Order: sequence, then C-alpha cells, then structure tokens
Amino acid sequence: MKSSEEIFAILKEKFGDAVLQLNTKLPKEAVIEIAPLKVTEICWFLRDNEELQFDNLILLTGLDDDNGEKVKLEDGTTETKGGTLSVVYHLESMKLGNRIVLRTATGRENPEVETVSKVWACADWHEREAYDMFGIKFLNHPDLRRILMPYDWEAGYPLRKDYKNPEFYHGMKVPY
Amino acid sequence: MGLLDTEFSDDNIVITKVDDLLNWARLSSLWQMSFGLACCAIEMMATSASHYDFDRFGVIPRPSPRQADIIIISGTVTLKMATRIKRLYEQMPDPKYIISMGSCSNSGGPYWEHGYHVLKGVDRVIPVDVYVPGCPPRPEALLEGLLTLQEKIRNESLVKKAV
Amino acid sequence: MLKTEQMVLNMGPQHPSTHGVLRLELELEGEVIINVKPHLGYLHRCFEKHCEAMTYPQIIPYVDRLDYLASMNNEMGYAIAVERLLDIKVPERVEYIRIIMAELQRIASHMVAVGTYGIDIGAFTPFLYLFRDRERILTLFEKTCGARLLYNYIWVGGLSHDLPINFVNETRDFLKDFKKTVIEVNNLLSYNKIFIERTANVGVLPVDSAINYGITGPNLRASGLKWDIRRNDPYSIYDRFDFEIPVGEGKHGQVGDCWDRYFLRVQEMVQSIRIIEQALDQLPEGEITSALPKRIKPVEGQIYSRVENPKGELGFFIVSKGQLQPFRVKVRPPSFINLSVLGELCKGHLIADVVAILGSIDIVLGEVDR
Repeated sequence: MKSSEEIFAILKEKFGDAVLQLNTKLPKEAVIEIAPLKVTEICWFLRDNEELQFDNLILLTGLDDDNGEKVKLEDGTTETKGGTLSVVYHLESMKLGNRIVLRTATGRENPEVETVSKVWACADWHEREAYDMFGIKFLNHPDLRRILMPYDWEAGYPLRKDYKNPEFYHGMKVPY
Repeated sequence: MGLLDTEFSDDNIVITKVDDLLNWARLSSLWQMSFGLACCAIEMMATSASHYDFDRFGVIPRPSPRQADIIIISGTVTLKMATRIKRLYEQMPDPKYIISMGSCSNSGGPYWEHGYHVLKGVDRVIPVDVYVPGCPPRPEALLEGLLTLQEKIRNESLVKKAV
Repeated sequence: MLKTEQMVLNMGPQHPSTHGVLRLELELEGEVIINVKPHLGYLHRCFEKHCEAMTYPQIIPYVDRLDYLASMNNEMGYAIAVERLLDIKVPERVEYIRIIMAELQRIASHMVAVGTYGIDIGAFTPFLYLFRDRERILTLFEKTCGARLLYNYIWVGGLSHDLPINFVNETRDFLKDFKKTVIEVNNLLSYNKIFIERTANVGVLPVDSAINYGITGPNLRASGLKWDIRRNDPYSIYDRFDFEIPVGEGKHGQVGDCWDRYFLRVQEMVQSIRIIEQALDQLPEGEITSALPKRIKPVEGQIYSRVENPKGELGFFIVSKGQLQPFRVKVRPPSFINLSVLGELCKGHLIADVVAILGSIDIVLGEVDR
C-alpha cells in the first residue's frame, strides 16, 4: 500500500506543474490538488500505471467553495461573484488497496473540468449530477444533460450556495 | 355491510334506492391503481400483502389507470412527477377517488422548507378525497382512510342537492 | 421499397415493475433492445440541500428516507461517519445492538428484493410468504423504537432506546422460523424450472465491467469478486464475527447472470442469521449513549466513510467548516451507481428481460434520486 505522499511524488515527477500541491492540513484526508484541464490525462495514468492501478472511482463530488465576493442585490438577497467550484475524486485500487483523494478547482463564472467518463464508466452519471447541481461543465463528456432536475429547469443550479428557488414551475407554486 | 344482509332470508327480490345500489357497488370494489412513489409505497405494499390483506375490502391492484377507480398517492410528489400524476388522474374513468397517503403528499412533509424540487401537497394539482397523516402511515391508518372513503361514497347521491 | 426503423417504447414512471418512479426509454428493433435510456429524478427530494441547513443530529431522519428499505443501515453509516469525524468511540453494547439491527434490516431488505423479484418474473406466492415474515422483523423494530419503517433509532454516539424486554428471545424465535422460510423460498423460487429459464444467462455482468462501472454489493459479488466492506474495510465490530461472503458461481449459467444476483441475496440472508445469532450470544450489558456535547461541532476537515448496505457500498462524504451544520454532505448512493449499468446489461435482450434484469439489480428509487 502506498501513502498519499508517495503517490504525490510519482504524480509530481510525471506531470510537473499540472499537479499543484499535497494538502495534509485537513485532519482526516490528504488531498492532492490538480489542474482542471489535465484531469483526464492524470486519471488515465492513475488507472493504468502498474504500481497504482486505481481501478475504482468511488465517488465524484461537486463542491461550492463559497469563497467568492458576496454582492447584495436590490431585492435584499445576495449573490456570489467570483470564487471557485471544486470537484473531488475519491479513488481506490481494489487490487492493491491504495486510496487517494484528488481535488480540482475551477472558476465560478465559467467552470470547466475535463471529463473522466472514458476512464471510469460510472463517472458518466456522477458528472451529469455535478453539472445538474453546480453547473460544472465537463469537457468532452458524451451526454452532458441534467439528470435529477427536469430538463427544462431554468432557475439555475440548486446546490450552489446562492441558489434562489423560483416562485412557479409550469403553473405549480413551488414554495410552501 | 348492512344493506343487503337481511334481504335474502325469504325470497330474492330486493327493493332499494338506485343511489344505495350504485353506491354499494362502487364502494365494495374499489380497484386501485398499483402505483407507488416513495417510502409510503412500501407500507402500501405491506398493506396489500398477507398480514393486512387489502383484498378483503375489494381493493385489487390494476396496472392501468383506465381500469382503476382509486389512486393512492403514496409518497413525495416532486415537480417532475406532478405533471405525470395529473395526466394519470385525467386518464382514469369517472367516478374516481384519491387518497393522499402520508405527510409528503399531504403537505410536503419533512421537505416543506428546503425542498426546492418537492410539490408541497398533491392537492395543488389534483383534488383529494381523503388525507391519511403519518410519515409513513401505518397500514392500519391506510385501512382507516379507505373505510372513510367508503363512508363518503355511501353518502353520495345522483341527484344534485339544491343549495 | 421496404424500410425498417427503430421503435421507441416508453416504460414508466408508473410502471409496476420499475420498483418506483423510474422511466426507461427503450429503443427496439422488433423485440430486441438496441438501447436503454433511463430518466431519473422523479423522486429527487433535495437531500443534500437539506443537509446544509440542518445540524448533524437533525439529518438522521432524512438519512432514513434515502434507502427506505434499509433505514437502519443508512443510519448506521451516517452515525459512523460523524463519529469518525469527531473521533469518538461508542460503548460495546451500542456496537452489538447496531449490528443486530443492521443485519435484521439486511434480511428485511433482501426479503423485499427477493419477493418483488418473484412478482416481476410472475411468481406471487413467495412475496406473500416473505412479507408475512418481514412483518415479524418490523414488529421487533417497532417494539424497540416505535416505528415500522423509518426509525430514527441509531443516533450519533449511541441509540435512542435500549432493547425492550424479551427482545433477545423473540429474535431467536424469529430466526428459528426464518430458516424454514429460506428453505421454502428456495424450493418455491430458486430451483423452480420456469424461474431458472427466465433468469439464467440473462444480463451477464463480467467482473471487469462491474468494477469499471463502480458496481458494489451483491451485484459485484455475484460477478465473482469477493468484495465486502464488512471484510475489506472493517467498521464497527464486524471483525469479531464468523461469517462467509458468498460469491456468484454460475450454477445455472454464466457467472454474473440474473440468477446469480438473485441467489446471492438468499445466501446473504443465511449469513446474516449467523451474524445475528453470534451477536445475541455475546451481547454485553452497559450504556447505550456515549458522553457527547449538546451541540455537535466537528473541527474543520473532510471525511469519506463507507459501510456495506444491502444494496452495496453506502458512503458519506462530509465536509465540515467547524459549524453546527455540515458545509456539504454527499452520499455515495449504491443504487444510483448500480443502475448506471442497466443500459449495458439490456443490450441485445428481449423486452421481457428488461424487467428481469432491473429486478435483479435491486434498486430503490429513494436512493437513486435522493
């Protein structure tokens, strides 16, 4: 079994600047931060390398970092400008027992991350969900549509921290 | 159920009101649309299974709305599902009845405040006859709801009462 | 000139054999399936948004409603995740009671899976027998915590109530009777020729494909890989019990077909009986809550913690910013991920097989859509 430090060293040697840093400040999980437009390449390497063999994508999470500037609007509500959205990948090697956490951050205004749906088939639906909930666009995804919300939902992305629910949807009142 | 029990002792002619006959026929064979939404559907399944036995009230599950008299809204109605429920309801032949089972379909239940995709009460899209409270209601509560509906049907009339 | 074109058939969201509100769009060539497009979200209840507005203990009732056939397992998974985030240990008695409850719930969940699978294929009797016995498990739960389906029983750091008087004996009685039911179900359904014809060699899932799709739980084990979180990443006190992990053997066809997936659940029920019996024998006396502050406030950090649910690997990814409410909770829903393989499995089969394949994956829409 390899530790996150060793895996980080391997990645750093192979990809250089695309692997940003290893964050061990958080108490439970060490996180390797990578660049959003190099995700596919790094993940192919992680899956196919003999020493690593990360054959299982446990979980892919979208995340609103809520670190932007809060702007007060005229109707009293706030909106976030700037800041980042993140995607967190939990990977595991079923054969070797390795586990790591990857994280990539992308700008809130035009969030773009490369897809990993070719690397792990289950990422397809995970990425559609992250798109549905946060509006993160996964480049080269084969079928990027909303998955849980209705296809004609126009009120934005519900899990963003500054999301505002509409009054009506197709003539049905939404608030209580 | 009282109406015909004593009438067959001597001969086989029954005299009754048309209203009573029709209502008796309707309330004794309420065919239910077999259609589950969420957690409450499991309790609905338990109600129709061996222990509680829905069949003895004449409730038989039918997979098609066109053969059903009663629809039990068993669970959370989301905005995406609401239009479907409305369409299913419109496909049912008259007379049709609705039981709203559980807090979610009554009023949104635990999702009333932050549920951005939950319809707060199925009565916003279709008319409801009986509300059964609970999260989820026990099978006994659903049976009670059905008996209440039967009572309601028993008191219906073909003639419109003058207001 | 003759021309052929594919037919599109809609199935659901109120179809009786989709186990809830799943909608499938089937593209057909005659009766053969070319492509399946699932449409989800008809039961999307905004779980993750609720988590961001609730305190840690308040989330437990919502966790119940994820996979409503296995509420106890969900609660246990969530409670363990928060306990790991807080670095606290729970008393011995709590661990044992949790395992008894979780395994009873696993049996109940598999009963519904097996019973409704029988209905999907056209056998009604096993459903009635299994629901009769499921009522006994629900009665046990009801005596313990007052609810039949959604319990709010396993809390962070402990339990809401201790076991009622005579619980141990009643559970033993139930297990004794249930062993007979398993034999009955096997005779009625598992070795029934018609049932085997409908399920063997249908929807074969090879193990490489299963891993690539992230399949876990009984579906992965039916494909022949011995992978169980209770053994591979032990939590609670599962390392103290002696039980086997059944894997698919392809008795009536290829490894990983519908029959394997179905029969694995029957075998798992038998293993759960073994675990419960051992836990009842060893059940210690003691406290049922650990000392916790009134306001649970973990330090800043993040954790992914997972348990083995009846449907597969249930994980909770919790991000804390040191507040009363979590910053973000993401569930790894096993049903959602297991369902994504449906299109792959159905290709080239007949329409009637879709029902057989979908039933064998055993999904719960509350968890698929959350």
